[in-house]
Amino acid sequence: MTFMEVCGTHTVAIAKNGLRDVLPDSIRLLSGPGCPVCVTSNADIDTAIEFARQPGVIVTTFGDMMKVPGSRSSLSAEKADGRDVRIVYSPLDALALAGREPGKQVVFIGVGFETTAPLIAAGIKRAAESGLDNFSVYSAHKTVPAALGALVNDPEVAVEGLILPGHVSSIIGLEPYRFLAEEYSVPSVITGFEPVDVLQGVWMLAKQLTEGRAEIEIAYTRGVPAEGNPTARALIDEVFEPTDAEWRGIGVIPGTGLAIRDEFAAFDALKRVPVSPEPPKEIPGCQCGEVLRGVILPYECRLFARACTPEHPVGPCMVSSEGSCAAYYRYTDHGKS
Amino acid sequence: MCLAIPAQVTTVGANNMAEVDIMGVTRHVSLDLCPEAQAGDHVLVHAGFAIQVVDEEFAKETLDLLLQLDMFRPDGA
Amino acid sequence: MAQDTILLAHGSGGTLMRRLIDEVFVTGFGDAGSPALDDAATLEIPDGRIAMSTDTYTVSPLFFPGGDIGRLAVCGTVNDVATSGARPLYLSVGFVLEEGLPIADLKRILVSMHESANEAGVRIVTGDTKVVERGHGDGVYVNTAGIGTLAPGVSLSGSHCKPGDVVLLSGTLGDHGIAVVSIREGLEFSTDLRSDAAPLNHLTAAVLQAAPDVRCFRDPTRGGLASTLNELAGASGVSITVEETAVPVRSQVLGACEMLGYDFYQVANEGKMVAVVPADQADAALEAMRSAPYGEDAAAIGSVAESPAGSVYVRTSFGATRIMDMLVGEQLPRIC
Repeated sequence: MTFMEVCGTHTVAIAKNGLRDVLPDSIRLLSGPGCPVCVTSNADIDTAIEFARQPGVIVTTFGDMMKVPGSRSSLSAEKADGRDVRIVYSPLDALALAGREPGKQVVFIGVGFETTAPLIAAGIKRAAESGLDNFSVYSAHKTVPAALGALVNDPEVAVEGLILPGHVSSIIGLEPYRFLAEEYSVPSVITGFEPVDVLQGVWMLAKQLTEGRAEIEIAYTRGVPAEGNPTARALIDEVFEPTDAEWRGIGVIPGTGLAIRDEFAAFDALKRVPVSPEPPKEIPGCQCGEVLRGVILPYECRLFARACTPEHPVGPCMVSSEGSCAAYYRYTDHGKS
Repeated sequence: MCLAIPAQVTTVGANNMAEVDIMGVTRHVSLDLCPEAQAGDHVLVHAGFAIQVVDEEFAKETLDLLLQLDMFRPDGA
Repeated sequence: MAQDTILLAHGSGGTLMRRLIDEVFVTGFGDAGSPALDDAATLEIPDGRIAMSTDTYTVSPLFFPGGDIGRLAVCGTVNDVATSGARPLYLSVGFVLEEGLPIADLKRILVSMHESANEAGVRIVTGDTKVVERGHGDGVYVNTAGIGTLAPGVSLSGSHCKPGDVVLLSGTLGDHGIAVVSIREGLEFSTDLRSDAAPLNHLTAAVLQAAPDVRCFRDPTRGGLASTLNELAGASGVSITVEETAVPVRSQVLGACEMLGYDFYQVANEGKMVAVVPADQADAALEAMRSAPYGEDAAAIGSVAESPAGSVYVRTSFGATRIMDMLVGEQLPRIC
């Protein structure tokens, strides 16, 4: 049986806890494009870098994005070069920074799926309510369900079941995944992140497959009510609207991006700080796209553990804390076997 | 995308902000996504916000379920 | 002193510098320092071998819960000398002060160094100070060099670990790194965690006495236990496996690591010691550690095997085995 775990945090949980060794040989786990950092396009990183190069701008970002390579540089390299790039744990920290630095424009790089988008939306609303005029967000946010649709439609991708992301589902609930079962007959289980949770998810998938069922089940009941979090979804809808988004290594998946609505234009970084980065360019030889779609395993990439290592990553899968390649490299034997 | 950890709400303050305890570490988080959360509740915290109120009892349920599974035995168990 | 901040003139060698040394440094170091102010200190050293170490400290912020750059500078070098099995005796100290540094801060740092030196039983015998322009230093950079004496026959090295050896750890992991990050801008959270910065030479002396065949000591500072064990495994050409359930770590460190996405094996410590001992001396060594200052939480956390050489593993609470990886670059807080 071949299952795909879609969430980067699952990739790490599986690798870190040696779960592949615990599972029977008949079950194969592939890693999918569930790491929002990994699927952030070169163009988005290049844009974030351009913001940092504008005078009077402080770029704030989650730590995850710092070392991800863009076409020519990374936020970490820009910071080393003297640009004002700061790591924050929460968008609220970026808001507080904007309050303390009225003479600067604070641009927050918004990356993440539906777990994170609502709190960026909440941050924008707080900025609006307090009349902050030096805070804006560059939204590279993406949504998961339609991307899963693209995956199951992809002839190169052969999965018999999906391990669905636990915390994204805390927000969106069961409904958005229904089409996977009803239109594509792909069994799916919403799974949590402790090793025990992952094993339970895999067990429930195996059970569905052997019983000939295709349903959306929740293994992670303690974190995911079937209806998700309506307050959070309302926040997303209020501040963002769907747009097309480019998933690195996969291409444009229509309707999977989140753009800031016109009513909140004052907090849209592209409108507050116009930038024009050079056209993006892909790195020759990088096979992140195939890894992200589960077509190849990390060690099957030509560059894995050779030209591409955590010390000098070529693509995001190796540098992101949740990237499949980084997880394989770190928690197996650095690609030696 | 999913580093969210369980925390216990210790006090709820003004402007939808609350103080939570994560195994002895205290932080301020926003309740904008979980306005119904109250002191004593457990919540999942992600990037400075509570994203879901959770019931700690369910955690124990999962463990019991696993112990019934024959398939997955860690070495030596 | 009339001024309350450091001026460029304080580094120029003239009267202002003279006054700084007399009134601030010598006073600050007190009985842990040296009253004579010759360019070189002349020291009585017993016959035999000397161990020497140096390190430079650039921590920011200068003051953090449980310590400051001064305590780090004394304890760090004392500990480095002690890892060779030597008894640390003397320290030199070199300061690079940034123009504009409040002298009150400098005095605090010196008092801290005084207390730490007294606790370790070492004397600060010579020093130097320079001043750089505002904007060219993080307030204070400190270098300390230390020397100590080695008893005959003591020959410890990270390359001496052998299959069958036991790995001991003197106490809880991650306290320093988390205490420092808790006050970092953009990440603030509250914790009663304090840096564990401490001199461990009394602890290493006790272990050496109880377990004379100890292979090596190593203090897991930057990069945490993961860096230390990987270095030892590489140097000795052995494999090390850590039992996760045996590792002492405070719940607040776990909580903070969970929140920030940190691996507690990679978080810095400043007052912990790893000792690798032959199995038949492990009990004696552990007891000595636990009775020594700062060793009350000591535990046997793992063992050494023959292969695969150079690898470090963790046996998780779940029963599976995974690699304990070394840090690449900085550990950054993450949400993914």
